[in-house]
Amino acid sequence: MSLMTEMNQRALRLGVPLSVHFDLTYRCNERCEHCYLDHDDHGEMTTAEIRSVLRQLADAGVFFLTLSGGEALVRRDCFEIIESARALRFNVKLKTNAMLIREQEARRLLELGVEQVQISVYSHRAEVHDAVTKVPGSLGRTLAAIRLLRSQGMRVTMANVLMPRNRGDSEGVRALALEVGAVYKLDPTITPMMDGNTSVLRHRVDASELSNFFHNPHLVGDVEEFCAPPGPVDESVREGLPCSAGHTSCYISPYGEVYPCVQFPLPCGNLRRETFLDVWRNSPQLVEVRSIRAKHLPTCSSCAHLGSCTRCPGLAYMEGNMRGPSTADCEKSFVRTGIVTAGMLARKAAGAPGLVQIRAVPQLSA
Amino acid sequence: MRGEAGRVRITDSKDVAGGRGAVQVCAAGARAGAMSNKYIARSGAVAERELGGEMIIMSAADSTLFSLSETATLIWQAADGRTPLSEIVERRVCEEFDVAFEDAYRDAEAFVEELSSHGILRVSDQPAAEAGPAPGETP
Repeated sequence: MSLMTEMNQRALRLGVPLSVHFDLTYRCNERCEHCYLDHDDHGEMTTAEIRSVLRQLADAGVFFLTLSGGEALVRRDCFEIIESARALRFNVKLKTNAMLIREQEARRLLELGVEQVQISVYSHRAEVHDAVTKVPGSLGRTLAAIRLLRSQGMRVTMANVLMPRNRGDSEGVRALALEVGAVYKLDPTITPMMDGNTSVLRHRVDASELSNFFHNPHLVGDVEEFCAPPGPVDESVREGLPCSAGHTSCYISPYGEVYPCVQFPLPCGNLRRETFLDVWRNSPQLVEVRSIRAKHLPTCSSCAHLGSCTRCPGLAYMEGNMRGPSTADCEKSFVRTGIVTAGMLARKAAGAPGLVQIRAVPQLSA
Repeated sequence: MRGEAGRVRITDSKDVAGGRGAVQVCAAGARAGAMSNKYIARSGAVAERELGGEMIIMSAADSTLFSLSETATLIWQAADGRTPLSEIVERRVCEEFDVAFEDAYRDAEAFVEELSSHGILRVSDQPAAEAGPAPGETP
């Protein structure tokens, strides 16, 4: 067992929130067409409030801290916040578009001991990347920052979200990552907006593009293994947890709201009214999330994919039921293996349009 | 005296075992002076957190993850760059655990060597002028 697995299991046993994703702002200097956020400022936490939250997180045992946004660096106090986080000895990862990183910022991030910087790159072609971000010149600025960070020795991950607009560009971005010495990460997940608006889901790729992705050894490694039929569903699978959300990780918004995950907008409490540990330990919503085992999922528990599906409870929640199937993950399991999922059969029986459908997700009720 | 017998143990994310440790009673007034002094200081570029009694450390330089035993944690916490390693071993390890100074010091040296090779501990023959600030702390 790897040390990381051992550490996660210990955190799970002790009820420790090992990882927190903390969005410092929803404001952004780009306007990506697939983004799930409202970029207006509805009352972000102040520097002092954020410092207080960071202290509470350290006391609760949080080790991995991902700082993100919006664009975290549009906050003038972003470096003060990173300094505070590092003084509290968090492992800090920064997610950014890097548009505001120049030589001084790159040097400061390294000096502060930020472990890695993850940067979104949609294409190696400026006309495509800039069309996604709606900011002319954004690819040039982002790539310049990546080269600066790499020249200082900073670990950089280039995150490449797969969409119809950048279809076919993943190899170009991967080659770019290889050239600058960055880690390449492709993600086909497009998330509904935090308020449940599903209009951005039109940017999800179709099944054929997903299939190309799943059958590319550069992206998934051993294709035969990755696309193998699901294994047997035994008792350990049925007793399994859906994911770490709410168990060893959670998400905090710029307004102090706590959610199980950035992709799971179930409000669990607000740090302007309660302490973090109060929310983490006693929130009825988190207690409910923690009570769910694979065997409790009314549709998915009978699915052949139960042990290998990447079912996201947050995406299922946004479809109306955190115990239900996630349409996007049903499709991934199907495209990967060619074996129909229980969720697809249930939708067909209910008369939902299309056996494989990833666009027509019902709107989340207010 | 506590259990686990003063074993200075580290495990890293590549599953490399660290120092070993024989278990003996620590002689009163151990021979700290007989050892050539080393001074160890924690690097500012690491993340650390205690999890279930063990210290978890990750190096920002190479992202290697380490888990320190209770004894190794005591040494880690005392690594201020000004206290000699021999004094740390004598006062923090031998007085806390049933372990001979020579054995504990040998284990501690192996521990220090492993962590310093990852840039997690800085080793010097001279004491630091003053304790270095953690990242983000005002010097």
